[in-house]
Amino acid sequence: MLQQDREQITVAPDGRPDSEQPQWRQDFPVDSPQDNYVARRDFTKFLVLTSLAFAIGQFWIAVQNFFRERRGEWPIQRIAGVDEIPIGGALTFLYPTEHDQCVMVRPSQQGFVAFSRQCTHLSCSVVPEPDKGRFYCPCHEGAFDFATGSPIAGPPRRPLSRIKLDFKQGVIYATGVELRTL
Amino acid sequence: MPITANMEFFIDATRCIGCQACAQACSECDTHKGHSMIHLEYLDRAHSVQSAPVVCMHCDSPTCAEVCPADAIKRTDDGVVQTARKPRCIACNNCVLACPFGVPKMKTEFKLMMKCDMCYDRTSAGKRPMCATVCPSQALFYGTREQIEEMRPRSAGINQFKFGEQIITTKVNMMKPRTGEAKYVDVTAAMKEQASGKNITLNILDSVFE
Repeated sequence: MLQQDREQITVAPDGRPDSEQPQWRQDFPVDSPQDNYVARRDFTKFLVLTSLAFAIGQFWIAVQNFFRERRGEWPIQRIAGVDEIPIGGALTFLYPTEHDQCVMVRPSQQGFVAFSRQCTHLSCSVVPEPDKGRFYCPCHEGAFDFATGSPIAGPPRRPLSRIKLDFKQGVIYATGVELRTL
Repeated sequence: MPITANMEFFIDATRCIGCQACAQACSECDTHKGHSMIHLEYLDRAHSVQSAPVVCMHCDSPTCAEVCPADAIKRTDDGVVQTARKPRCIACNNCVLACPFGVPKMKTEFKLMMKCDMCYDRTSAGKRPMCATVCPSQALFYGTREQIEEMRPRSAGINQFKFGEQIITTKVNMMKPRTGEAKYVDVTAAMKEQASGKNITLNILDSVFE
């Protein structure tokens, strides 16, 4: 809105007064003082609408959490037999859907751990590098610890999602995904 | 600090001797250092030595700002149309094409339209623009209306220009003969006129070749 107390010196080409000019001329004034001026009402409107957006965002997160918890149990999926993976080796599989790449590693005789291959930086697929003891993300030189999945180099700050495992009669099953922040 | 209202710019193209001093001085102005924003035009170089300096006329309804799609060209409250705002200018050339006086210059190396801003750093501090300080024939004059009336008793400033159907009122004045009732300079009509210098011929050697 034009501020009447601010002198309007630019004349529209058709010469008609400001009150008869279209709205866009008020929104994009030629005069610097008009262009720089933010009315108190506009600033208040900006504050209220922004706060409202944040408040709605909080409710949206709560609603999402509600549905996430009601989504039900994770599927149980056979990955491999215990003896199919050598010590220090890695095995890729898809879980919980066919679009989610995961990797299972065996750092020691008894230790089986599985992680999502989705890099926590920008979701590239990490590559297991057992000889270097790490998962390597080629996109931005990120690296995760081989045994724990925690970030050790590069831009990622959060550990890889861990896949819950279950052992039954020498066969390994995936039973869930644990999203981790620390 | 805005430019005081009584200080005005007067262009008298008939006094211009084409010495390029204004162009040199302009490039030393701090608001566009190293880049001359003044246009020193030859009218009909083949037949006449007449040249005309063109600075921004600072229109009351700046066509450059009207056509700017990025809302980048702004006019300060003392009526000076400034160079496009760097964060907004998209280097689209609309202003360069639209300006009836051909003033804006597209600086592709900066992706920015730059134009004569009447040396805003100087005039807003009470000094004269660079071009007006150096012009040896004072074809470019910056001062009060009383000063120019005293110095040029036979001339008077005019600040209305007609382009087709549109009459543009400017902040900068163009000098015209004091006699005569012209309300505006009809630019589009004058475009059809030939430069008067075309009729001048040198006949001193005619007898040699006869």
